[in-house]
Amino acid sequence: MNHWLTILTLVPFLGGIVIAGLGAERKNLVRGLALVTSLIGLGGALCLWLHFNAAEGGLQFVEKFDWVATLGIQYFLGVDGLGLLMVMLTAIVTPLAVLASWNVSDRPHVYHALVLWLQAGLFGTFTALNFFHWFMFWELGLIPAFFLIKLWGGPKRSGAAMQFFIYTMVGSVALLLSFLAIRLATGSFDFIELAGMARSGVLASKLSATFGWQNIGLIIFFGAFLGFAVKVPVIPFHTWLPAAYSEAPSPVTMLLTGVMSKMGMYGFLRILLPIFPEQIRQVLTPLLWLAVATIVLSACAAFAQKDLKRILAYSSINHLGYCLLALFAAASVATGVTASDLQKAAALDGALLQMFNHGLTASALFLFVSLIEKRSGGLRGLGDFGGLRKVVPVFTGLMGIALFSSLGLPGLNGFVGEFLIFKGVFPLAPWAAAISTIGLLVTAIFLLTLIQSVFCGPLNARWSKMPDLTTAERFLVLPSIALIFVLGIWPQFILGKIDATVVNLVQQLNF
Amino acid sequence: MNYLQLLQLAAPETIVTITMLAVLGCDLTLLRERSVATRFRFGGLISIFGCVLAAIGLWSRMQVNHDAAVPYHSDLFNGFLVAGPVTDFVKIALLVLTIFTILISTSGKFTDHVGEYLSLILLGTVGLMFLVSAEDLLMIFISLEFASLSLYILTAFNKHNEKSSEAALKYFLFGGTAAAFLLFGFSLLYGISGSTNLSEIARSLSGRGLDPLLVVAIVTTVIGFGFKVAAVPFHLWAPDTYEGAPTPSAAFIGAGSKVASFYILAKIFAIGFIDSTGSAVWHGYVSGWMPVVAIVAALSMVLGNLTAIVQFSVKRMLAYSAIAHAGYMLLGVLAGTPSSLSAMMFYVITYAATVIGAFGVVTVVEAATGGDALANFNGLSRRAPGLSLCLLVFLLSLGGIPPLAGFIGKFFLFSAVVGVGENLGLLWLVILAIAMSAVSFYYYLRVLKAAYVQDAAEDAPAIQVPFLTLFALVLLAALVVVLGCAPGLLMRFL
Amino acid sequence: MLAWTIYITFIGVLVLMLLPRDNARAARIVALLTAIAGCVVAFIGAIQQTHPGEVTTITKIDWVPAIGASYYLAADGISLVLIVLTGLAAVTGILFSWNIEKRAKEFFAFYLVLIGGVYGVFLSFDVLLLFVFYELTIIPKYFLIARWGSTRKEYGAMKLALYSFVGSHLVLIGLVATWVVAKGQLGHASLNLIELSKVSFPLAFQHWMFPLVFIGFAILAGMWPFHTWAPTGHVAAPTAGSMLLAGVVMKLGAYGCLRVAMVLFPEGAKEWQWAIAALAVAGIVYGAGVALVQKDFKFVIGYSSVSHMGFVLLGLATLNTIGLDGAVLQMFSHGIIAGLLFAVVGRMVYDRTHTRDFNDLETMQLGKKLPFAAITFVIAGVASMGLPGFSGFVAELQVLMGAWAVFPKLTILSGVGIIIGVAYTLRAVQKGFYSDAPAKASDSHEHPLEPITIPEKVGAVMLIGASLVIGLFPGLLMNWIEPCVKSPLFERLLKGGSL
Repeated sequence: MNHWLTILTLVPFLGGIVIAGLGAERKNLVRGLALVTSLIGLGGALCLWLHFNAAEGGLQFVEKFDWVATLGIQYFLGVDGLGLLMVMLTAIVTPLAVLASWNVSDRPHVYHALVLWLQAGLFGTFTALNFFHWFMFWELGLIPAFFLIKLWGGPKRSGAAMQFFIYTMVGSVALLLSFLAIRLATGSFDFIELAGMARSGVLASKLSATFGWQNIGLIIFFGAFLGFAVKVPVIPFHTWLPAAYSEAPSPVTMLLTGVMSKMGMYGFLRILLPIFPEQIRQVLTPLLWLAVATIVLSACAAFAQKDLKRILAYSSINHLGYCLLALFAAASVATGVTASDLQKAAALDGALLQMFNHGLTASALFLFVSLIEKRSGGLRGLGDFGGLRKVVPVFTGLMGIALFSSLGLPGLNGFVGEFLIFKGVFPLAPWAAAISTIGLLVTAIFLLTLIQSVFCGPLNARWSKMPDLTTAERFLVLPSIALIFVLGIWPQFILGKIDATVVNLVQQLNF
Repeated sequence: MNYLQLLQLAAPETIVTITMLAVLGCDLTLLRERSVATRFRFGGLISIFGCVLAAIGLWSRMQVNHDAAVPYHSDLFNGFLVAGPVTDFVKIALLVLTIFTILISTSGKFTDHVGEYLSLILLGTVGLMFLVSAEDLLMIFISLEFASLSLYILTAFNKHNEKSSEAALKYFLFGGTAAAFLLFGFSLLYGISGSTNLSEIARSLSGRGLDPLLVVAIVTTVIGFGFKVAAVPFHLWAPDTYEGAPTPSAAFIGAGSKVASFYILAKIFAIGFIDSTGSAVWHGYVSGWMPVVAIVAALSMVLGNLTAIVQFSVKRMLAYSAIAHAGYMLLGVLAGTPSSLSAMMFYVITYAATVIGAFGVVTVVEAATGGDALANFNGLSRRAPGLSLCLLVFLLSLGGIPPLAGFIGKFFLFSAVVGVGENLGLLWLVILAIAMSAVSFYYYLRVLKAAYVQDAAEDAPAIQVPFLTLFALVLLAALVVVLGCAPGLLMRFL
Repeated sequence: MLAWTIYITFIGVLVLMLLPRDNARAARIVALLTAIAGCVVAFIGAIQQTHPGEVTTITKIDWVPAIGASYYLAADGISLVLIVLTGLAAVTGILFSWNIEKRAKEFFAFYLVLIGGVYGVFLSFDVLLLFVFYELTIIPKYFLIARWGSTRKEYGAMKLALYSFVGSHLVLIGLVATWVVAKGQLGHASLNLIELSKVSFPLAFQHWMFPLVFIGFAILAGMWPFHTWAPTGHVAAPTAGSMLLAGVVMKLGAYGCLRVAMVLFPEGAKEWQWAIAALAVAGIVYGAGVALVQKDFKFVIGYSSVSHMGFVLLGLATLNTIGLDGAVLQMFSHGIIAGLLFAVVGRMVYDRTHTRDFNDLETMQLGKKLPFAAITFVIAGVASMGLPGFSGFVAELQVLMGAWAVFPKLTILSGVGIIIGVAYTLRAVQKGFYSDAPAKASDSHEHPLEPITIPEKVGAVMLIGASLVIGLFPGLLMNWIEPCVKSPLFERLLKGGSL
């Protein structure tokens, strides 16, 4: 048995401990070590990527041991295309976040340790396949995030951190209760096993045998749904997000929006969809409404914001809404029944791609925001700037690329995902897709408004001496920009790896 | 029947009487010139020696007859003087208690009349011993009065304290009245049954049902003995007497006299009124002496414990606790089975030992600090650690904390009582008892709080505990602990 | 071998009493050595037990044959878990009391008597002996709080002692009645738990006796609404006192509920199952809710104890193997975590800042001044929240699973309780250590806070380690608990439940 995945998770965890022990004095050592550790993680993820057998749709790099046999708890790790993608995303965003935090001077050892522990929690979540330790990593990711916001955040950080934590915990508790009920009925915590049971109808019968309630399946589904809905977030469970994203220090927001928000979507794809397809179909219309609301309302809200980070925060919600749409639409019809399989595959492909691309783009955008903040001394209101392209042309150009990618310009990576999603969703849920296009429109409006207010127009005299990107900063943003182009032109790079997995996922919907 | 037999049977009592005369004689002649303390020690030594002799005599009498398949039972004058294994053992217990009482009185400063004091204690003991071995109404009454007279005088012994005389007068008046009631009842009994012997009374009363005169007799008997053991509503003398009397006298009243009184009370009810028991079972009331005793017991437990809570004089608190404990002991009488009677005797004897110990501690504290209020006990654990440890043992035993004798006694008693009556009928009484016992914990703990938690006044010196008293207290405390852990040692004889 | 835990502890008491009066250092060392010896014996004895599913007799001597009482010490899986907990709690409690100077000798003497009594309760299989040890613990508790405590110590001590006493007397009534009825059925008097468990008490009898005995023990376990002694008492107690009280003594009550009330009266337990579960969940939610609004740091922890004990009682009420497993594991887990929480609040914070009021603590920037304390509290807080990776999660997992099977609606309500738990923990972390409130001007002139001492660090590491180890490898304890719950002793009880 190989132990790639365990090592992958262990490295940042141990790295964090070492760094925490270093003390506040040796700042450069701390930062260097953090960077090295996150780069090792990147290296590991790349190895996984290269060794991943794209033709196989199932799990690879599996590790499976009994842990607490009597409670059905196993140490079960594995990645398929979905997991691999998420691991890769985490591995890419974290070093960028570390680099963006280079100038943190208040207790840097704690800061970087927390970032690395967050990475470990994320790696763990994306590779775990037994509820017990999946849940462990799911929760463990919260603590570093809480402290990162609380200790290094903006003026309203305490409230934001509390809200973030408690909201997520509410969802987690609901999730926990649901899974305990499932375990009670089926005796299993294993995601793969449970998916199999759902497919064959055994799950439903076991649930009703144990509980005897009419709609127990639905109730359990709601519990699990709540857990993930808070994380994605789905409107109306999103109220924690704008505060958390804006109060957190921007490098932390990179992680929050880039990777942590994907935890929710990952949960939907890995857990909710395979185990509860029947229930999704039962409440499909309300779910589609929620997805549409998420897309449209968040875009409108973003339009009304004046704080750069808040705009981008709402925009994040909007982008993930498309993934939700794809997911729910894919669950609308049983597989093998009609020729809609292709559309489902397209939708899910799009969703995965969107997750990855948004992670890259959003983290890049927040990186740019942190660069602005560094120059403006913390100011980041829409009205604070103006005509910056005259003073910082390189910055404008590069941030512009990221903004257009977020908008969905063809040729950049943001387009492909959205295209595939709509291609798949239109046939499956036409009216939902139709209304969601409003979201596309509004997104375009506010992003262009942003560009207009910040970069174009008359130069705001205050910033006439603003320095452009330094060489170090250019190298910092280079990877993201490069990937934005590469993935825009050659999405097959990713699609090739995840195709088999998506087909597998579609097969799950055979109910 | 000849006087030799009488002497043999009454040997222990005779020995004690002779000792008494010896003490009196010695004190009046030889020791006139010495200090009070020396006289106390000498007199005490002689008295203790005499008591030990008497106890040994009783013990050997018990041992000699121990192997007999049937426990021995001698009866003189048709019930005037009875000897048997349990009776003899109770007498030994009485003597031991007297010894301890004398030990703690040796440090007393309340009187110059040492010889008289000691001899009165011994006389009282004699009276109690006769009481214990009486099964005839007349003898019971005579010995009861005999013992009581000495107790009255013992109460008044502190000439310097007017509370002492007041207490004695109250005690005497109450006692006299109660004795009158008792005599009245006894005469009625004699009238109804034609005999003064308990067994014969039982025989003649059997089958006759509840004669109105019998009812009166029962009630007056309860009154008479209720007074003696300080049960509600005949308890009004107790707090003043316990508070006013010189502390060793109070100890004697609370200890030895209780042992004897309960023993004889149990005998009277178990043997004499055996037919008119009635029942005090919940929802199963039947007229007889049981309901009466049950009510008295319940009232004693409740009143005794609740009133003790508001006392700030430790002696008064001990008085009210005595009332409460009388209630518990009456439960044992109530149950009427042999096992419950043994449990009751176990309880009474260990209670008596504990009470002597408690009063012993109070004596020392009183002498050192001039009072017995709670505040006088402050910081005792620093000022006299050994003494307060003994106090801890005694008060916790009274409160019923394991592994002390008080707890085991209560457990025996309660389990015996609950076992009586179908369907756990007397459970209500036991629940009341246990509830009140929980309440009692509070006021015992208060004293311990003063001793262990509060600090003494800044310049309070260490308390010197007189050696003999400390010796007695430590011995008593050890006894309480040992009997708590290994109750079998005592139960064997009961 | 396990009986030596009791004997060693009492020998330690004797040695302590012989020490000269004012030598605090000697007292501490003697106490620590005694506690460590007891703990080591507990561990070794526990590991040596090869059949946790059976009751293994340690000593059995006739005590009072007339009433069937024997000095009967034995251990099964559940006893082992709790003995190990006691050992750990004893040692860490002393470590966190290393700074006691005033009358240290007596403090540690009372402390060790309490520990000895607790060991005794967990090892007794004779009901009278169990009761004796149970009551024995009341007196040292009183003195520990009344003499060495803080806020309203005398009131808190008296309240705690009286409540405990009342509870134990309720048990006594039940005990006496049970003895009588059992004597009738068995033909001879017996107080042997195993024999008594085989007696089928009449249903009407159980209908009254079970709640009586259960409530008697549950008072000490802090069951709502008889829990009011707990917050007052815990706050008043000195640190080691609170650690022991919340950590171990409350478990005495829960243990009594399980070992005596539920084993002896299984049908009664089944009858009253719903009531207990409802009260347990009330305790969970109420405790958490009240903790959320406290101004005194220690009160937060005190009420959180009530809330966590609610989980134990809920697990007991499920009457199935998973729920009972979870209840016992939660007893262990909460013992460790509560000890840790009180240690931080009492010893690390209060002994240095002399205030527990959040308004004052907020201005003190303790997150920066006492980083070790802050981190320890955060870890303890997340463990108490039920974060996976720590022992609390596995325990709550099982309790909730067991509860789902029987009380689905109540389970959802307990979920609410967990969330409130998260809230009050975060609030405490926030206000106690990481507040945004500006530092008081006078703070800059204050002398710096004394750094965290070695004994405190060792104690904290021990407790955190224990919670982590069991959180990651719950099998270590589950191997003891599970076979025990499935043993014949609990057979009739489980028949009432469904799993």
